[in-house]
Amino acid sequence: MIKEKNILNINKIRDDFPILKREVNGKPLVYFDNGATSQKPQLVIDVINKYYTFENSNIHRGIHTLSQEATNAYEVARKKVQRFVNAQHEHEIIFTKGTTDSINLVAASFGKKHLKKGDEIIISNMEHHSNIVPWQMICEEKEAVLKVIPINDKGELLMDEFKKLLSPKTKFVSITHVSNTLGTINPVKEIIKLAKEAGALVLIDGAQAVPHTKIDVQDLGCDFYAFSGHKMFGPTGVGILYGKEAILNDLPPYQGGGDMIKTVTFEKTTYNELPHKFEAGTPNIVGGIGLGVAIDYMNSIGLDKIEAYEHELLTYATEQIKQIEGVRIVGEAAKKASVLSFVVDGTHPSDIGMIIDKLGVAIRTGHHCTEPLMNRLNVPGTARASFAFYNTFEEIDIFIAALKRAVTMLK
Amino acid sequence: MTIKEKQEEIVEEFSLFDEWMDKYEHIIELGKELPLIEEKYKTDENLIKGCQSRVWLHAELIDGNVIFTADSDAIITKGIIGLVIRVFSGHSPKEIAETELFFIDQIGLQEHLSPTRSNGLLSMLKQIKMYAVAFQAKQ
Repeated sequence: MIKEKNILNINKIRDDFPILKREVNGKPLVYFDNGATSQKPQLVIDVINKYYTFENSNIHRGIHTLSQEATNAYEVARKKVQRFVNAQHEHEIIFTKGTTDSINLVAASFGKKHLKKGDEIIISNMEHHSNIVPWQMICEEKEAVLKVIPINDKGELLMDEFKKLLSPKTKFVSITHVSNTLGTINPVKEIIKLAKEAGALVLIDGAQAVPHTKIDVQDLGCDFYAFSGHKMFGPTGVGILYGKEAILNDLPPYQGGGDMIKTVTFEKTTYNELPHKFEAGTPNIVGGIGLGVAIDYMNSIGLDKIEAYEHELLTYATEQIKQIEGVRIVGEAAKKASVLSFVVDGTHPSDIGMIIDKLGVAIRTGHHCTEPLMNRLNVPGTARASFAFYNTFEEIDIFIAALKRAVTMLK
Repeated sequence: MTIKEKQEEIVEEFSLFDEWMDKYEHIIELGKELPLIEEKYKTDENLIKGCQSRVWLHAELIDGNVIFTADSDAIITKGIIGLVIRVFSGHSPKEIAETELFFIDQIGLQEHLSPTRSNGLLSMLKQIKMYAVAFQAKQ
């Protein structure tokens, strides 16, 4: 039926994720909420345990051995991230709390220095709240204007409308790589090219892209790329902001504190060099180290294989769900990552989610932190199944059976 | 029946169900049976907005007792609301304000009151108590 079913050694992979063996409500867990957060392989869990058991100490400041070991481990993780996204320099990799923190950093620091009354920032109609609200906040403060690229009914950006929005007033363009709600893969390379031609800086929200596809920030040409550790099989509370060296050097610090300074007097403080200038305070050390291990793990499987396998999962799930009467898929872009959002006529997404949860299937329901998108598509919310490379075709069958049962109950 | 007795009755009713699916089926039936709130009361003022689903709650004081009507766009939430209304509606503000709500826990639906569900149900319960206190002050 599916000829590429064996792209991955799925049984071995599933053994690497201990949580996949547990039961929920007396049923084997089918975890399809990977868009919200991914599960963690044993290697990541072990490194966290090992760090606190044998290596814990503060980094960048200590003279003693433990501190040097911890600093080394943290900085090795930074190198791994650099290679993972193909950044030119390792100091272009800033550790943050997550994608939201990364975007807030850029909005606040860029806005503070460069944004003036009447300047324009462009986002899109499918952005997550975390790529809307930080820009609204700085626009309000600086009396700048937020412009929104509209989408079509399939959930694709209207590129002609984007071109019309660009002008000498455009100072910044901030767009998601992959829509968390619809799965749409946006033509970010083209967006970046057009924005650059208009003289604007560009940030790409890569939270939903990084777990599924190979990222090359130099090839993309973006000024900033933001993503989270926890959606790519690493720990929560750690994220990355990639920024081009010259641009990061130009921006003022986001937060003040330890680690980000060169010298402090009451008269004048001078700031540390990149990346430390943007990393005030003791960071999530084990988070960074865990993220490095998650990257090793993803590399060991291969992003090409991950992408190909997940595409098969999405295609199979889409075919199956279409056979259920009353189901409407929300988000039918030509290019999609492994996200399947849907509504069922005459039912509310939360009812679907609650019932299939009792059958062991974890999905997300609601507005997915994209309220303006829900308003545009005229739905109160959707049910969303999002797949990772450890999911299986058999799990999709369980999900479809559970969904059928829920629909029967609710109608 | 007192509010307490009504709750005990519901707990007994639900003790018949071993399976979650049966429990949900019953709640869905209750949701379908719940008399709809009058359209004119489905106002923004009466709307309790949750992350997942919306709940409308209207309260009136008739002959010294509070009459609640409510609705939700999600059927399971609506079924649970139906139970809450059955328990509280038609009682004095004093009794509503003073009686503890225990049946939701006892029939195993406490997860619907957790902040992660954000379905407006918890806010609705707070709103019911607030109406009772407000009507009490008026009397």
